[in-house]
Amino acid sequence: MYPFSYTKVSDVPAAVKAGSDGGRYIAGGTTLVDLMRETVERPGALVDISALPLRDIAATKGGGLRIGALARMAEVAAHPTVRALYPVISQALELSASPQLRNMASIGGNIMQRPRCTYFRDVTAACNRREPGSGCAAREGFNRTHAILGTSDHCVATHPSDAAVAFAALEATVHLLGPGGERTVGFADFLLRPGATPQREQNLRPGELITAVEIPSHPRPLRSGYLKVRDRQSYEFALISAAVALHVRGGVIQTAKVAAGGVGTVSWKLSAVERRLIGQRPSEALWTQAAEVAAEGAQPLTHNGFKVELLKRTVERQLRVVGGTR
Amino acid sequence: MSPQPQKAVGSPLSRVEGRLKVTGRADYAVDHDIPGAVHAVVVDSSIALGRITGMDTSAAESYPGVLKVITHLNAPRLVYRDYPGTNPRGRRLRAFQDDQVLFFGQPVAVVVATTIEAAQHAASLVEVSYESRQSTTDLTGRPGNVIGNYARGDAEAAFAAADVRLERRFDLARNHHNPLEPHATTARWDGEKLTLWDKTQGVNLTRNEVCAVFDIPPENVRVISPFVGGGFGSGLRTWPHVIIAALAAREVGLPVKLALSRRQMYFTVGHRPRYDYRLRLGADRGGRVTAMLHEPSYETSNHESFWEATLALGQMLYNVPNVSQVLRNVPLDINTPLWMRGPGYSSTAFCIEVAMDELAHELGVDPVELRLRNEPTRDPSTGQAFSTRRLTECFRTGAREFGWSRRNPKPRSTRDGDWLIGTGVATGCYDTWLGQAQAHARLDANGTAAVQSATSDAGPGTYTSMTQLAADALGLAVREVEFRLGDTTMPVAPPQGSSQTMASVGSAVQDTCDKLRQQAIRLAVGDQRSPLHGVNPDDVVVIGGRLQVKDKPARGETYRQLFARNNLTHLEANGSYTPQADSPYSMYGYSAVFAEVGVDARLGLVRVRRILSVFDVGRVISPKLADSQALGGMIGGIGMALLEHTVTDHRDGRIVNANLADYLVPVNADIRDLRAIYLDGDDRRADPIGVKGLAELVKVGVAPAIANAVFHATGRRVHELPITAEALL
Repeated sequence: MYPFSYTKVSDVPAAVKAGSDGGRYIAGGTTLVDLMRETVERPGALVDISALPLRDIAATKGGGLRIGALARMAEVAAHPTVRALYPVISQALELSASPQLRNMASIGGNIMQRPRCTYFRDVTAACNRREPGSGCAAREGFNRTHAILGTSDHCVATHPSDAAVAFAALEATVHLLGPGGERTVGFADFLLRPGATPQREQNLRPGELITAVEIPSHPRPLRSGYLKVRDRQSYEFALISAAVALHVRGGVIQTAKVAAGGVGTVSWKLSAVERRLIGQRPSEALWTQAAEVAAEGAQPLTHNGFKVELLKRTVERQLRVVGGTR
Repeated sequence: MSPQPQKAVGSPLSRVEGRLKVTGRADYAVDHDIPGAVHAVVVDSSIALGRITGMDTSAAESYPGVLKVITHLNAPRLVYRDYPGTNPRGRRLRAFQDDQVLFFGQPVAVVVATTIEAAQHAASLVEVSYESRQSTTDLTGRPGNVIGNYARGDAEAAFAAADVRLERRFDLARNHHNPLEPHATTARWDGEKLTLWDKTQGVNLTRNEVCAVFDIPPENVRVISPFVGGGFGSGLRTWPHVIIAALAAREVGLPVKLALSRRQMYFTVGHRPRYDYRLRLGADRGGRVTAMLHEPSYETSNHESFWEATLALGQMLYNVPNVSQVLRNVPLDINTPLWMRGPGYSSTAFCIEVAMDELAHELGVDPVELRLRNEPTRDPSTGQAFSTRRLTECFRTGAREFGWSRRNPKPRSTRDGDWLIGTGVATGCYDTWLGQAQAHARLDANGTAAVQSATSDAGPGTYTSMTQLAADALGLAVREVEFRLGDTTMPVAPPQGSSQTMASVGSAVQDTCDKLRQQAIRLAVGDQRSPLHGVNPDDVVVIGGRLQVKDKPARGETYRQLFARNNLTHLEANGSYTPQADSPYSMYGYSAVFAEVGVDARLGLVRVRRILSVFDVGRVISPKLADSQALGGMIGGIGMALLEHTVTDHRDGRIVNANLADYLVPVNADIRDLRAIYLDGDDRRADPIGVKGLAELVKVGVAPAIANAVFHATGRRVHELPITAEALL
């Protein structure tokens, strides 16, 4: 681990000041500390924001939900409003990591997670995210768990967060505060595809702090749920996951919000699937037909070709789980 | 001598050292409080083959707290004597003795510093340059060296003439042991004397290697290892970091603590080799196997020729008249493998037992029945009688308890929602290894005893089981007996491997404690003031610390009374066990393994619903810890079947998933209903206390039972381990 300075801040302006001066924010530390130990991350200054008053989870006036950036994963998952209105968020969180990690890790940190690509995490391997221009060892290497969507010549790592898949599906917004003031970014624009600059992972300006993630109002009742497919039953990142939320009125799907994880370099919104669902009546045939377009544009690598079919099947399954019929 | 009543033996005791472990007071290799100790961190190579052309240690050396950086450029030359022992044939890796890199992750330098943090950081500052050559790390398609042959009958002809022929090729992934405690050593020199606190499955293994490398006499080396946080075989060899710790301690003149990182655990402490196993099997229509032709190849390193027991099962498991075997190992630019739980047997059993299941399916014979039809009455490889072989009973008991008769043999015949349900069965078998062992026991005037032997307890519960044996042999309560282990100053014992500890060290402890009890009894019957005076010693037993006439319990006295009256502080005895040189018996432990899986065939998910293993292992000394072993073996088998896979990037020989997030082992949520049954009885032909080994056997047969259940659930036959989603989509 490289030497670093450590400052704990007690108010938001002090945090933003320290962040603008080049400090790296640390909350739960469940990703950052690991990466520092592996010398993948070498921050010179850590700014501990865990004491900031950004932990509230509250309904918004518009009928949505605002989740403070420092709310712990476990707190959000167990929150009665989250459970009642957005089971997809609770499930995505509870299928993540382990209880110990969920007790430490914050929502803001969760969507800031860095890739799990083993070449990224091995400082002796080539990785454009870690060391721009050094190459991508994964592209021609062992890439069973890597992305099939949103990849570039420079990077093929997936975004590892489960919660981000639920947020992408529900079209959350990310509230930011920086030296230039507040701004809000839609989730689809928050996580960045690697393109030619894989080292840029989020739409964040220097010193900006995530203050909250907001779920917009959706028509109710909104049935939703998260399915995570993985080799073992727990404590593993997704091979494939699907977040599905449906609002059905008069026997017709009025609203469909669908996203997938484990397949994209960012959490992957499945707009084509949504379009096939809206205005239709739930049926087995519909789920199959909608899921058929889930992997549109997929570019599989040497070892992850199975993800194309598995993505379709996972989406199909979760449409049925949430939308019913059988 | 009158047999002692068995009270402690056979009772389900918890680990006697359990409280120490769960309260953090059990000191593992680098936990010992050694005044003045400094810390060492190994720098490992980032190429798999080539040579070191430059070593810039200046930044590391000038980092505050750093005492020394040792590389091949400044390390003293070490002797590295050969010696008879368990190292494989070849030239072992010599720490910092030259500029050659033989495999990825090989130690190339060590940084010693006053704090672990300084040592870790400075290690990352060491700049090594290499001249790299293209490494070869993929077993596929490489010819290999023939290291074993066997033939009986004419297997080719019998295969050609068989009614039913199967020809299969299996690809079994490399696995890593992954004990929870990383390999670690604390080294301290006091003049010429070296003390090592080491994570090892045999303190004498460490001593032998260190003496050979440094060319020092055994009396100058003491190795201490009271607690071992798991091994699964990785501690059956003294790896280079132990030498590096001792070397570093000598160079800086201070005690040194060295622990490998989790990542380093994948590079330098061995692994179960990957197998490419070609198997041909011929049978008649009645399900009698007439020919088995085995051609297994497994990985070894380019510098050593690794050997494990791959051939035994093919020769003795079933009554097959025609068998041929050609065993190869394939030299690669990798570290040398090392025995991992059920070594050889686990891999071979997978291939044989999956093939047997295929044969059963092909013939329409029940898989249990097929195995019974091929059951030998004598060992077909030697003609010897079995000491005990109760495999048929294992299958019958298992079939009954598992509900096997309710099985619809048709694949894909059972469904539970999205899950296809399947059941499978396999045979497990492992050699009953026996080794020479010694022990010492001391009985004190206060009626407590201390028994010791230089064995290990890497998890099986040796502290507890030996305490149970000793307590009954001495007629004491378990709490009055302390068993000590893990120190080269104690009587010699074999390494804790191949499941030989209970039988071998146990028999030595039994012998020692029997002798000690007999001493006390003789003292009493010869003592005119004793109520036992003049009694035939063979009629005396000891119960609850009281010596008494077996048939007249009222006549007797306690150890305390006897010792006090004779002004004795203690009695002591040495005992031993030596296996019979030419045993007339074929000695193996057996199991029948039944597994039930659910397969979500649309999503490719396999989840094990239950496993039942029925064991023929002779006498069970410590049932609770036997269960701990058995369940652990089943969990290991689930890992082998479905999850565990060390992945190498063959472009540069790098292990890609050198961490516990990417190398998957089962977690609690993967484990549902596991059950072990042990057939009552003992095997006195095997050893004096009638036990056969358990800890290796428990893993053998689990993976094929699961694979066979996956076939039954889905109709898909997978010949690769682990069985992953992509194989089932």
